[in-house]
Amino acid sequence: MPSKRGRMSQEVNAGSMADIAFLLLIFFLVTTTIASDKGILNILPPKQDPNEPPPEVELNERNIFNILINANDQLLIEGDFRTNTDGLSDEIKRFVLNFGRPDEENLALFNSLPASLRGLAEQNPESSDYPGSGGAVVSIKTNRGTSYELYLEVLDLVKKAYFEIYGERVGLTAEQYRQLSGRTAAEAELQDKGKEGIPMAISIAEPDKLGGD
Amino acid sequence: MSKFKKKSKADTNIPTSALPDIIFMLLFFFMVVTVLREQEILVEQKIPQATQLQKIQKKTLISYLYIGKPKNTALYGTEPRIQANDVLINTSDIVFWVTQEKDKLSEAERDQITISLKADRDVKMGPISDIQFELREADARKLLYASVGRVDQ
Repeated sequence: MPSKRGRMSQEVNAGSMADIAFLLLIFFLVTTTIASDKGILNILPPKQDPNEPPPEVELNERNIFNILINANDQLLIEGDFRTNTDGLSDEIKRFVLNFGRPDEENLALFNSLPASLRGLAEQNPESSDYPGSGGAVVSIKTNRGTSYELYLEVLDLVKKAYFEIYGERVGLTAEQYRQLSGRTAAEAELQDKGKEGIPMAISIAEPDKLGGD
Repeated sequence: MSKFKKKSKADTNIPTSALPDIIFMLLFFFMVVTVLREQEILVEQKIPQATQLQKIQKKTLISYLYIGKPKNTALYGTEPRIQANDVLINTSDIVFWVTQEKDKLSEAERDQITISLKADRDVKMGPISDIQFELREADARKLLYASVGRVDQ
């Protein structure tokens, strides 16, 4: 009997252990800011040499998809006045995939596209010549008074159009394509295959100084 | 009747000995993902939403710039300001700041530096484009517009 009692007293009361752990847990819950290094990537153009004027690039008007945003957050998309961005992503997708006057290289590109994208590809001579470099460019021009939120929304939609094209080329959704890290050889290959021949040509013009604050 | 009572009494005892383990597991999870804030944010930060988010793989390459209306308007005014590290800087100081940030990286990685622009959604494009101009001057051309996810409607 005494031996049993001795064994009993050896057991540590672990009931309060949970309380201690809870206290620590709550501390970390409060202090945690789950790191979010996510965002929209943008590569800025190289700096301008003041002695050398920027090279004059001859681009046809039809190859530029113009998005203007004024200080009142109103949009002028290809000459059309708008107050919202509905359907913009699809328009850009159609614009980029337009083969108005394709050269040989871009004809090969057209033939390499999957059937779903080929269905989207039109041959409108009024729209862009071809998606390859020297062809379609999306231009975003803001005003100094444009809100950053709207600018980001527009840039987001342009990126969405491109990622959807890239994703569809390799049989992924835009989201899956974006999540490719390029760390493994297979992922890097998918990434390159999606991008090949269709550069993400987004031009961000210096904002206007007139109007706004 | 007495038999029934006895049985029910025995069943009410829930073993709680595994509870600390579960809590500890949660605790460790939060300990691992926690990044203790090293610096106080002096400007307002309402990060805008976007859908096409990309992740930066190497966190050491990222330097942060915070842009927004100062929280302490009595001291710093109401115009949007730029915060780098733990001080508010002017647009003209950005080139110097980028050089300092680049010095922290190894030689091979210097040109891969990514600036994460944590801008408040109420900021106008004016200050943002000024910053972009300075970053081009400083040759830090990879820019990340920090934003949080939004579900597609």
